[in-house]
Amino acid sequence: MKYIDEYRDKELVKQLIGKISSVTTKEIALMEVCGGHTWAIQKFGIPSLLPKNIRLLSGPGCPVCVTSKKFIDQAVAYSRLHDVIITTYGDLIRVPGSTSSLNVEKSRGSDIRIVYSILDALQIARENQSKKIIFLGIGFETTAPGCAAGILNAVKDNLTNFFVYSSHKIMPPAMSALIDEGVKINGYIAPGHVSVITGSSIYTGIPEKYGIGCVISGFEPTDILQSIYMLVKQFESNNYCVEIQYKRAVKPEGNIKAKEIMNQVFTLRDDWWRGLGTLKNSGLGVHEKYCAFDAEKMMQVDVEETKEEKGCICGEILKGIKTPNQCKLFAKACTTDDPIGACMVSHEGACNAYFRFSK
Amino acid sequence: MDTHILLGHGSGGRSSHNLINDLFIKYFNNPVLMQQTDSALLNISSSNIAFTTDSYVVDPIIFPGGNIGKLAVAGTVNDLAVSGAIPRYLSASFIIEEGFSIKELETIVSSMAEEAKTAGILIVTGDTKVVNKGKCDKLFINTSGIGILDEKHKSISTGDNIKPGDKIIVNGTIADHGMAIMAARNFGNFKTEIKSDCTCLNHLIKEILDANSSVSFMRDATRGGIATVLCEIAENKGLGIEIDESKVPVNENVRGICELLGFDPFYVANEGKILVIVPDEDADRVVSIMQQNVFGKHSAVIGEVVNNHHGKIVLKTLIGGKRIMDMLAGEQLPRIC
Repeated sequence: MKYIDEYRDKELVKQLIGKISSVTTKEIALMEVCGGHTWAIQKFGIPSLLPKNIRLLSGPGCPVCVTSKKFIDQAVAYSRLHDVIITTYGDLIRVPGSTSSLNVEKSRGSDIRIVYSILDALQIARENQSKKIIFLGIGFETTAPGCAAGILNAVKDNLTNFFVYSSHKIMPPAMSALIDEGVKINGYIAPGHVSVITGSSIYTGIPEKYGIGCVISGFEPTDILQSIYMLVKQFESNNYCVEIQYKRAVKPEGNIKAKEIMNQVFTLRDDWWRGLGTLKNSGLGVHEKYCAFDAEKMMQVDVEETKEEKGCICGEILKGIKTPNQCKLFAKACTTDDPIGACMVSHEGACNAYFRFSK
Repeated sequence: MDTHILLGHGSGGRSSHNLINDLFIKYFNNPVLMQQTDSALLNISSSNIAFTTDSYVVDPIIFPGGNIGKLAVAGTVNDLAVSGAIPRYLSASFIIEEGFSIKELETIVSSMAEEAKTAGILIVTGDTKVVNKGKCDKLFINTSGIGILDEKHKSISTGDNIKPGDKIIVNGTIADHGMAIMAARNFGNFKTEIKSDCTCLNHLIKEILDANSSVSFMRDATRGGIATVLCEIAENKGLGIEIDESKVPVNENVRGICELLGFDPFYVANEGKILVIVPDEDADRVVSIMQQNVFGKHSAVIGEVVNNHHGKIVLKTLIGGKRIMDMLAGEQLPRIC
């Protein structure tokens, strides 16, 4: 397959492994903070190819995994309203809330539909004028502009039955918070899709403040290996900076139009991250100007008290302090069939990827 | 004749009688069915019988490469054939939603008759029920089947003879059915020419067995894809399995759409694919026999049974890495990014 197979070339992979092996001399820990990277690293078996002194850690890059339980509880409460249709990306429906999940509510008769894009949700709103359509907005800078564009479309079409329940978050505060909390890493494999939108400048502070490398990586095996090579070189030469490996998609300035739309429709607010707690200015709430489309403002609902699970170490896993197999629940009480923590639910979650690919 | 199914068609009265005569008997026509007895009276001179049943609820009922009727025949025929049995007789029960188009029903029934004829089996008994609108989704079909099993093939379905060194063969490209259904549902809003691989494989299987091949195991890889079948064998038998991703045939367009939507073809359903496990020394011969059949043209050895990591499957990835391949939890869901 053109534009895919070239990046999965076995010979190229071998050469890259050779290059990495020739420059690496010390123990090094690198963290990926994008669920897509976690997934690709495990799917292609990259850890099995790397020299033993290179350790890859999965950070809080899976949007589903960092979403708070309270968000799920509130989405569950919305789904129980008789005149509501919930539209959501597929990953979210299996995430356990305090006592239920969207999947369970669906089986009990709630109208919950998986969509690929907010545009599908808008279409459902146009076709179901007597219902209120709530789109569950999750994800980082990657999905937030699309969600913002959806709201602008709803304005244009004068839709009065379309709402967004936003849990959108932005990446840089979490990347800083991890190191502030003492997570020991020597470099970030920075998120490719997020950077397509934001550009590379959002990471500038990381090498400056923390003295670690930051390479924006693509998602194919050769992309990831080249990024690891670049990070190892930075580490070995003690010369840290932000580099773009994923040059075919990421420009230093990012996607200016997408950023404008995102800034127009959303406003920064403090947000709660699973495992990291509340991080200042890390979430995106719907701007007051567009409050007619903000589910939180327009639709009051009773939400059950949030109950946190006991024994789940999602937080430490998301911080890269522990690996999934160090959790007492892993592969015993918490499995992909019956997940306890969100990290076990999404394909991009660290526990899920570990469970499926290297249990 | 009515144009749509009414509740009366399932009442057992005149309309039922007419529907049976004008449609089911017309197409399934054979001496056993024509006796119109309460039970089909069969003459089977074998002490080993394979017996299976399956229900079909696919949505949409007509899809590129087949329909629910063809699927209902092929699915049950294949379940018998992979057990090493020669499929002989099928039952067919229809649960029909009130208001369903009789013309569409005829299309489905005629393709069942056609598939049965190709497979060389007889549909000898059946039932029709009509339920109120909304109580089922257009049409559900159940088929049960009986096949004759040769004593020497009894271990094929149990897998008791699988041993380290055995080779694992698939009879062609995987994931076609599942992705054809996704496309037919307009999932992801894409247009494609992918067709379901839905077909009866009993002739292909007979050719393998008639060549005196010592088959250790056979199974059709339907729901859950080839990964699920392999995981079941590995877990149930405590066997280690190694699969080479680069050897597994996948159509380019299927691969493309799987990439786009975030699906893993190893877990996507097939309706015309079998996994055959044979001793190493027989592998090349079996592959070349299979390749001569139209439904085995792209047969290939994709892996082997090994004497380590018992109970687990290790996948050699396209880039030469290694990882575990596990069973799928719940449905395959599209990834967010």
